[in-house]
Amino acid sequence: MMRTLLGAAAAATMFVASASWAQDVKPAVVFDMGGKFDKSFNEGIFNGAERFQKETGIEYRDAEVTAEAQREQFLRKFAQQGFDPVIAVGFAQGPALEKVATEFPDTRFSIIDMVVDLPNVQSIVFKEHEGSFLVGVLAAMASETGKVGFVGGMDIGLIRRFACGYEQGVKHVNADAEVYQNMTGTTPAAWNDPVKGGELAKSQFDRGADVVYAAAGGTGLGVLQAANDAGKLSIGVDSNQNYLHPGSVLTSMLKRVDVAAYNVYKTAADDTWAAGIQVLGLAEDGVGWALDDNNSALISDEMKATVTQVRQDIIDGKIAVHNYTDNNECSF
Amino acid sequence: MAGAAANTGVPRWVAVGLLPVINLLAAFLVSGLVILAIGENPLRALAILLNGAFGYQEGIGFTLYFTTNFIFTGLAVAVAFHCGLFNIGGEGQATLGGLGVGLVLLYLDFLPFVLILPVAIAAAVVFGAAWSYLPGLLQAKRGSHVVITTIMFNFIASALMVYLLSQILIKPGQMSPESREVAQHTWMPFMHDIFPIARSPWNGSFIVALLACAFLWVFVWHTRWGYEIRTVGANASAAVYAGISPSRNIILAMVISGGLAGMLGVNEIMGVNHRLILNFSAGYGFVGIAVSLMGRNHPVGIVLASLLFGALFQGGADLAFEIPKITREMVVFIQGLVILFAGALEYLFWPFLVAVFGREADTALAAAE
Amino acid sequence: MSEGGASVSERPEAATAASGRAGLPPAIELRGINKSFGPVRANRDVSLVIQKGSIHGIVGENGAGKSTLMSILYGFYQADSGEVFVDGRKANIVSPDDAIAAGIGMVHQHFMLVDPFTVLENVVLGAEGGALLAEGKAKARSELQRLEHEYSLEVDIDAVVGDLSVGLRQRIEILKALYRGAETLILDEPTGVLTPQEADHLFRILASLKEQGKTIVLITHKLREIMAITDNVTVMRGGEVAANVATKDTDTEQLAELMVGRKVLLRVEKTPAQPTETVLTVTGLNVVDGAGVRRVKDVGFTVRAGEIVGIAGVAGNGQSELLEALAGIRQPASGHIRVRDQDISAEHAVDARGMRELGLGHVPEDRHRMGLVMPFAANESSILGYHYDPAYNGRIIMERQKIIDLCAAQMKAYDVRPDNPLLTSANFSGGNQQKIVVAREMERNPDLLLVGQPTRGVDIGAIEFIHRRLIEMRDAGKAVLLVSVELDEIMSLADRILVMFDGAIVGEVAQSEANEQVLGLMMAGVSPDAADEVA
Repeated sequence: MMRTLLGAAAAATMFVASASWAQDVKPAVVFDMGGKFDKSFNEGIFNGAERFQKETGIEYRDAEVTAEAQREQFLRKFAQQGFDPVIAVGFAQGPALEKVATEFPDTRFSIIDMVVDLPNVQSIVFKEHEGSFLVGVLAAMASETGKVGFVGGMDIGLIRRFACGYEQGVKHVNADAEVYQNMTGTTPAAWNDPVKGGELAKSQFDRGADVVYAAAGGTGLGVLQAANDAGKLSIGVDSNQNYLHPGSVLTSMLKRVDVAAYNVYKTAADDTWAAGIQVLGLAEDGVGWALDDNNSALISDEMKATVTQVRQDIIDGKIAVHNYTDNNECSF
Repeated sequence: MAGAAANTGVPRWVAVGLLPVINLLAAFLVSGLVILAIGENPLRALAILLNGAFGYQEGIGFTLYFTTNFIFTGLAVAVAFHCGLFNIGGEGQATLGGLGVGLVLLYLDFLPFVLILPVAIAAAVVFGAAWSYLPGLLQAKRGSHVVITTIMFNFIASALMVYLLSQILIKPGQMSPESREVAQHTWMPFMHDIFPIARSPWNGSFIVALLACAFLWVFVWHTRWGYEIRTVGANASAAVYAGISPSRNIILAMVISGGLAGMLGVNEIMGVNHRLILNFSAGYGFVGIAVSLMGRNHPVGIVLASLLFGALFQGGADLAFEIPKITREMVVFIQGLVILFAGALEYLFWPFLVAVFGREADTALAAAE
Repeated sequence: MSEGGASVSERPEAATAASGRAGLPPAIELRGINKSFGPVRANRDVSLVIQKGSIHGIVGENGAGKSTLMSILYGFYQADSGEVFVDGRKANIVSPDDAIAAGIGMVHQHFMLVDPFTVLENVVLGAEGGALLAEGKAKARSELQRLEHEYSLEVDIDAVVGDLSVGLRQRIEILKALYRGAETLILDEPTGVLTPQEADHLFRILASLKEQGKTIVLITHKLREIMAITDNVTVMRGGEVAANVATKDTDTEQLAELMVGRKVLLRVEKTPAQPTETVLTVTGLNVVDGAGVRRVKDVGFTVRAGEIVGIAGVAGNGQSELLEALAGIRQPASGHIRVRDQDISAEHAVDARGMRELGLGHVPEDRHRMGLVMPFAANESSILGYHYDPAYNGRIIMERQKIIDLCAAQMKAYDVRPDNPLLTSANFSGGNQQKIVVAREMERNPDLLLVGQPTRGVDIGAIEFIHRRLIEMRDAGKAVLLVSVELDEIMSLADRILVMFDGAIVGEVAQSEANEQVLGLMMAGVSPDAADEVA
């Protein structure tokens, strides 16, 4: 069970159900180019907003950007029409938000995956390296060959952060383990190239890897498929992908953008919304690992115990996970 | 088609004015039925669309910003069309034009704006023209059809841009494949910086676009070079008879076409984004085909058609914004209907108009042997 | 008969009133047909009777209304008023399907055939008779063989149409009409595209069809054909019937006068030529076409100032390629073209513009393909080939008003109607289009004028005008090279006549010695001496 996360959600639900502040918020969200049904990042936000709407009955409004210039246009429009809070999805909206948030200092904005330093902006970023560390631990314990793989999407700092955290987790269990890393490409197209993802995974299997972690959006589906075909293990990313190939997907690294979106609205309604940088890591349940019926047979009690301990150690600061983008290198 | 109008004696204003309006109304009517089907009020939708496009200053600004793009790509398609060529490579040529602008703004930013402006526009034209020169050359000398080659060059341009932005021009330490922002003094002034109007991406490139219209009008109808291009387009045999080289004019028309498409980069890179990004051509090159078709390949028509599509883009965005049930896919659908009725089904209502307004222009024609 | 959609009703009194020979009702009778296009009345109260089993000619100038009339008969247009009777019964023909069902077939001037299909496939096209092609084709095959045999229309029914000659394609069109049960055949300008031999063969076919009881309607502007094979002739002028006469009671001069509405000079008056210096010298010229076929073979001749040299020959014997090589449109493969002192060869090729700059004018054979740009306004067509002239070009801007004025002046001088320089070129009649071309080339005052088929598809009035102009050019001391497949035209205009056959010049004949027999034999490749002996 996804204990920790569900716990948080349940608490939120109980809280919300009894509240009466609901009329004060007019939530809105500006999705980015991918659109709200991108099966990935935007859709995660969408799910969180939907959940908020369902639970509270407060309707939210959304807009989908189709041209560069519309980011600013839509953000400004929502602000003009009195929407509050407004979520800007994705780092690409940073410059636009900077302008609009300055123009509307009384409106509360939240931006996901990007830091905008203004008094009325809440910047939400995730410690993907922490979640990746956990799945790295699981990968190392599940591996029989001592060799594991990583397939990234677009070669950017964010994905290297995943890779670096993963590598640390693997080495934490087995210092001699080998970690093969491949990036699918250098452009946004790398997020949606399952064929190439599958090829990269296969080549890693050929070199002896028996667990592969895909942090590559739609490309990852090809990685998971290739692992299933080859009888190897894979690790999904962002949302719980365990159900895709039960018995082959070892676990999924969860990045709870839906929780983030939900919490933005919830805290705003609750009047606990605060500007500033929110870094969501293991402690905040912003990242985690997925355990459900689909993969429970793959996770031994020993693995479960170890990863639970490691998680607690990270939260307690006993294990420091290096963040790649702190210095743009994977030094630990 | 002038020919169709001529042969049926339908007054010119019916062919160039009434027919497009009827086509537009037909598209709106079908759109209205669809909007009705999803349970929304079509009249309210229309009101939002019109208000979004023309109802307030920012909306008008966005409409004119989109219009600027469509003018450039529409003119590009038109000039090639006058030479009998179907340039569907507007996307790639615009991409290269934007690259040219971007390189000038990134690396020649020591120049003052008065010098940057002409150099950037020239770079847009030269880069766009270079990208259409090869398809033109292949068509002229080897008969490789421009429809095939230009669409292939779209892919090459896109791949080239990806390579440059992810490997070479990318701002160090940045996640998305974009260049750094260019120095502010190289930006094309926004209209709201010059006039006391609401903020919008509408910028000085709009004036460049209108100048390009005037250039095209003079070039195509009032110079001997335009005469040559039109002759080749209308009748290549007659051109050879007249001592006009079809191959030279095919290349010339393609180069001018590519140069015009390349100027889209002035609006997008110098005017709005202020940095090199991927995919800023965003399909404007293809919409340019519909714009040119609807504008009868004439600058005045192209400006009007561009305004229409600009209004559809901006009003459509507002529509999707204001009525949550109308998604942006739905807006694309409405735009598609306009293209369908104005383009593919252009003569759907023609027989009806002929019946109402038609008369034979002269006897010679009626009984042409 | 009515099953195809034509509603045919009995009208006995018409049948008796207009009954033809042997008491049969006429094949076709038109009564009081009116057709207007807006303010223009294309047909005005047209009545005519076409006897069963006869060949009926319809003549008239371009725009006289004969094509409109036949389009009404064939169901392309509906008459505003008037009645059509087929076999004495009133017929309501609103589409070509109705016309076919009523037994009317049409052979268009421009063939309606699918080139990659075989003859058989073309014939069954639109009359396949079921979903399965094989069955229909088998039936068609035996029917076609019967028709071919009956009317001596030999065609290989399995040949691919694209490979066949023009004459054979026309036969397929006739077969198509007969296969669909046509009793009356309308032929629209059938000889326009045929060589004299093919035309003769066509006339033999028409005669045999007539013997089998078919009715033929022949639309043409060639009076000689009317005289040669028709039984009756209807002359149309300005949308009205000018005359209905039996062919044996009339002659070409009378028909021409009826067509034009005034006396027409069919022969050209001219004085003997007084040639001076040589302007054009062609030696050993060879021209190869795009497919690599040698179309002009070792041709050599001269043209002097003050004379008209005619090149006769059956169409397709290299005249077109020769003319295009001389005009700079095609490059010679070998040999020399010398215009005054300028030598042009494969090594020193000159394009059409370069040739014009050497003082050459060129009225092309095909005004649709080359002479005019049909979508252009007349004034734009009137500078084709001269668009770079500084007279109306600034450094950048073309001065449109000057071009319009120039065009208006040419239209006035050459009696182009309507004299509107802004009208689209395509909207002028054939004769007026040709006048625009002729005006353009002659008014530039060239030293050497190349003229190809100057009167093809041109009405009699315009032919007379163009011929007179050519003589005037000659008398003004210009060198004129005239290429025409119309022997009459060559014989009346040219001072010297060269005959081309299979790309080569068979021989030369002076105008005074030329007659149709000699030239005809030379056009078939017989050398002049042998031709003289035979003649």
